Amino acid sequence: MTDTQTLVKELVNKHGNRRESLLPILQGIITNNRYISEYAMMEIANELDISRSEVYGTATFYSFLDTKPKGKYVIRVCKTITCSMKGKNQILLALEDCLKIKLNETTPDKKFTILETNCLGWCHKAPAMLINDDVFTELTPEMVHQIIEDYKKKGIQEKA
Amino acid sequence: MAKKQLRRMDLIFANDDDYVEILQRTFKSSNEDIIDEMISSGLKGRGGAGFPTGLKWKLTAESTSKKKYVICNADEGEPGTFKDREILTQVPYKVLTGMAVCAKVTGATEGFIYLRGEYKFLVPLLEKELKRFRIICKDLGLDFKVNIFLGSGAYICGEESALMESMEGKRGEPRNKPPFPTDSGYMGKPTVINNVETLAHTFTIFKYGAEKFRDLGVQDSRGSKLFSVSGDTPNPGIYELELGMTVQDFVDDFSDGDCKAVQVGGASGFLVPRKRFNETAIGYQGKLTGISLPTGGSMMLFNSSRSMYNVLNNYLEFFQEESCGQCTPCRVGCQQLVRGIDAVKRGQKPAAYLDKLLKLTDTMKVTAKCGLGQSVANSFQSIVENFREEMIY
Amino acid sequence: MTKMINLTINGIAISVEQETTVLEASKKLNIKIPTLCYHKDLCVAGNCRVCVVEQIGTKKLVPSCASPVQEGMEILTNSLVVRNSRKHIIELLLSEHNADCTKCYKNGNCELQELSSEYKITNSDFIDLVPFKQYKYDDLSPSIIKDDSKCIRCQRCVRTCSEIQHLSALSVAYKGDHMKISTFAEKPLRDVVCSNCGQCVIHCPTGALVEKNYIEEVWDALGDPNKHVIVQTAPAVRVGLGEEFGTNGKGRVTGKMVTALKRLGFDAVMDTDFTADLTIMEEGTELLTRLKKAIVDKDPTVKLPLFTSCSPGWIKFIEHSHPASLGNLSSCKSPQQMFGTLAKTYYAQNRKIDAAKIVSVSIMPCTAKKFEADRPEMRNSGYKDVDYVLTTRELAIMIKQAGIRFPDLEEEKFDKLMGESTGAAVIFGATGGVMEAALRTAYEIVTGRDVPFTNLDIKPVRGFDGIKEASILIQDPLPEWGFLNGVELKCAIAHGLGNAHQLMTQIISGKSTYHFVEFMACPGGCLGGGGQPIPTSPEIRKKRMDAIYAEDASLPIRKSHENPEIIQIYNDYLGKPLGELSHKLLHTHYYPREMI
Repeated sequence: MTDTQTLVKELVNKHGNRRESLLPILQGIITNNRYISEYAMMEIANELDISRSEVYGTATFYSFLDTKPKGKYVIRVCKTITCSMKGKNQILLALEDCLKIKLNETTPDKKFTILETNCLGWCHKAPAMLINDDVFTELTPEMVHQIIEDYKKKGIQEKA
Repeated sequence: MAKKQLRRMDLIFANDDDYVEILQRTFKSSNEDIIDEMISSGLKGRGGAGFPTGLKWKLTAESTSKKKYVICNADEGEPGTFKDREILTQVPYKVLTGMAVCAKVTGATEGFIYLRGEYKFLVPLLEKELKRFRIICKDLGLDFKVNIFLGSGAYICGEESALMESMEGKRGEPRNKPPFPTDSGYMGKPTVINNVETLAHTFTIFKYGAEKFRDLGVQDSRGSKLFSVSGDTPNPGIYELELGMTVQDFVDDFSDGDCKAVQVGGASGFLVPRKRFNETAIGYQGKLTGISLPTGGSMMLFNSSRSMYNVLNNYLEFFQEESCGQCTPCRVGCQQLVRGIDAVKRGQKPAAYLDKLLKLTDTMKVTAKCGLGQSVANSFQSIVENFREEMIY
Repeated sequence: MTKMINLTINGIAISVEQETTVLEASKKLNIKIPTLCYHKDLCVAGNCRVCVVEQIGTKKLVPSCASPVQEGMEILTNSLVVRNSRKHIIELLLSEHNADCTKCYKNGNCELQELSSEYKITNSDFIDLVPFKQYKYDDLSPSIIKDDSKCIRCQRCVRTCSEIQHLSALSVAYKGDHMKISTFAEKPLRDVVCSNCGQCVIHCPTGALVEKNYIEEVWDALGDPNKHVIVQTAPAVRVGLGEEFGTNGKGRVTGKMVTALKRLGFDAVMDTDFTADLTIMEEGTELLTRLKKAIVDKDPTVKLPLFTSCSPGWIKFIEHSHPASLGNLSSCKSPQQMFGTLAKTYYAQNRKIDAAKIVSVSIMPCTAKKFEADRPEMRNSGYKDVDYVLTTRELAIMIKQAGIRFPDLEEEKFDKLMGESTGAAVIFGATGGVMEAALRTAYEIVTGRDVPFTNLDIKPVRGFDGIKEASILIQDPLPEWGFLNGVELKCAIAHGLGNAHQLMTQIISGKSTYHFVEFMACPGGCLGGGGQPIPTSPEIRKKRMDAIYAEDASLPIRKSHENPEIIQIYNDYLGKPLGELSHKLLHTHYYPREMI
């Protein structure tokens, strides 16, 4: 069995093989792989006995269920009104500067992806961003540099 | 005009560690009495739509179906709203108490908290609380299990029927109504779906009684309300205030001294310009003084440095992306509005084109399938009508 | 008794049964409310919002298709707010739509165009959104073209593919302004589970899903003096074609169709009915052979029930979904492909024509037949057996292009050799028809007597029930079939792939045991095929079915084995059913396919 097959099987065992299990399974794939490959969707469709296009149609509906490859750390910068008013663009510039990529791109080492997202619910502590599931608020460009440095180091530590 | 101090309250976030007792006490009442108490409290849904909570419970209780569900709507996605997260962080037991009582009176055996994906970090904390609560319920003789269902980034899933579609593993597309969830909700079974804050308020009712709850607020806007305050204010955050205040009262307390307009109710709410601060009351439908606004509790302040064109554009892009896309007026209407105001701003369309767009939002308001498409008109009309110049020049 | 609900529509009082929708109630009053996403074959979606009406006392308009009537309701279907809203909605749809109507294949047969014309949308100044979209155009399938720029997202195709066909090759993907109708991972239709049935095509209100047409290719062949162009017509075409010319009242237009084809310039106009009868001979013999192997030889490898193989949509479906059951399929080619092979062998030899010069065209109620003709194994004649497959609709287009006044045509007869039809062949066009035809012949072969049904009408296999069952007890067989004495021959029929899926599940689980099962991909069988005239509805399909059985009843010969041309081809050419030449020319293989 391939890694993806094993992962899908594990998730199906955990959440069940009914249609209601689809979202938790897709979320499980994201947690592990950061994106849901065509192959993963095919395996899920087989396990749940639903059509592949339905898996695809459901996955693409949800902003967090990416179906295109993403980096290990997916950064989502809130672009909704308050964050936008409170300097979202500077945060984006800082990220782009740190990572040497543009919005919607992934670093060549497949570590980081920069995305924008809609309201994260931290308007009173704008600007805000998510890195995977972790929240960062009241950001400044300096903080962004520090956070990214920390994540880079984290990667090195994990490797070691 | 005399400055009126806003009445701040501390009911929701008060640490009521007697909640097990309250639960025990409430469980001793008959289901009918609890529902009567809920109805007489005048509590209305705090998600924004404002449906009487007691009535919702009553309708579901009356159904003869063997399987019923209670869902706590924690898909707090309205821009400018962040109170539900704080409730779940600080006083989750109040929400769970509300769910348990609801389960008892309606006969539901299973409950869910639909938590937006953006709040995934709350899951461990909530899981712990759920486990504890399961045992408390069991001790009280209630077989009721609550699970967390995590969203994955879709604003529309805050719409109750879209939320249920999402829980069923589908695209979060709102359903046709009727049938309503009280008849046919999650998995086609009768379902009570209440917003986080609504459930937290039920705790206040159980603890202090309907009468005390009803004494708060005005006319048909009963009780207190959490407000998420953001934007150009020195004091952003979450505040529990009495319903019925005017926007002026609010601005006096919260603005940075240069408030140009307040967006009440988030992107799907209304923009109140300075000239209307005094005549606009925050509540449901009461005709206190002039216009009254329903609200999910989002208050965004804009000072004079803000371009209202940019504000509107930000909202419209939000709706254009977050529309589920199934119905024509919302899917295409939002795109036309985004491109339309851009074309006017660039001079590619005459200023009069704004009037055509205003009419389009009239159509969206009456023809869109769900609240999302219907409410785009709110911010569009209130911004364009009050800041037309900013749209053009 | 059902409760009656009283309401008024445009001030007119009406009383209708509970559960009736406002749309249906209006129809009873002869008030037309425009619709787009609504289709009688499908569940209610309520997403286009074109059918909104005003309910006095409520602020929002209500979608009439999705709103059940309520006591005391007062509905206005043409108030100012309704008109303005409806116009807006049509304008919005047009702004997202590639409205290059004069260059559209569906020009003149498009529900959006019709609505736009009705509401006189002449000066809409909404911004054209098409240039901002990256619309996809997929013409890689031999059967169906999907043009997203024409799509209005009504989801009729999605519901068709899921509710009727249980395939869900098409789904809704993405949300908001990016929402679109998509296959899995936006792959071309050619590469996914699409059965090519074309049900999406006949349910699409616009030109977003159309058949891939081969009209110009056929005109070119007809205009080429070096080509000998022959044509075959499927049974269901003759009960659908008239609808394209407003002669649907008459139902069958067999004779006029033949005349029209001759006037178009085909060198020979022959009938797929002939090879339908041939299919009965081959498939019937195959069934009896398998029964003998199972009952007499106790051969454990013999696969029963035998599945029919006439419907190429069904074939592709089983290749994808139930590859383990491919052995149950009859090895018989479909009548179209049998005809194709024989056209370039038997017919060519008989008429002394170089097969290389023959262009073989078929007129089919089906889009999957285009795919079938393209299958690489369909070249047993040494050439592509069927060169071009046209749908009933494409034939109608050619007749109109040729300036033929179809309703006024005289009636002519098919050409000889492969043009003789029987009632048994005609009913191939209806669900249960192959079964009925096979039983008429097989029963007689085995017992020497007619099937024990009045007038040969095997009623239990007829009609629109999704899954039908029938059985015949064999008594007193001829000596050579003695082993079948007392055997109750059990049959089942499913039409529409959703029903086929359900029946397959029952068969695989062992819950149902049959000897012979007929599967058709489309609702009602070929008469409801994806190549038939648009619109389609249960009533229209019923009308076509009535016409098919009327044609059957009207024909002098109603059993396949009595078709004189069938007797002739076995005598002169094939030898006997399942003989060596039959095997070479008339039978084929199936292959498992990836389930995408």
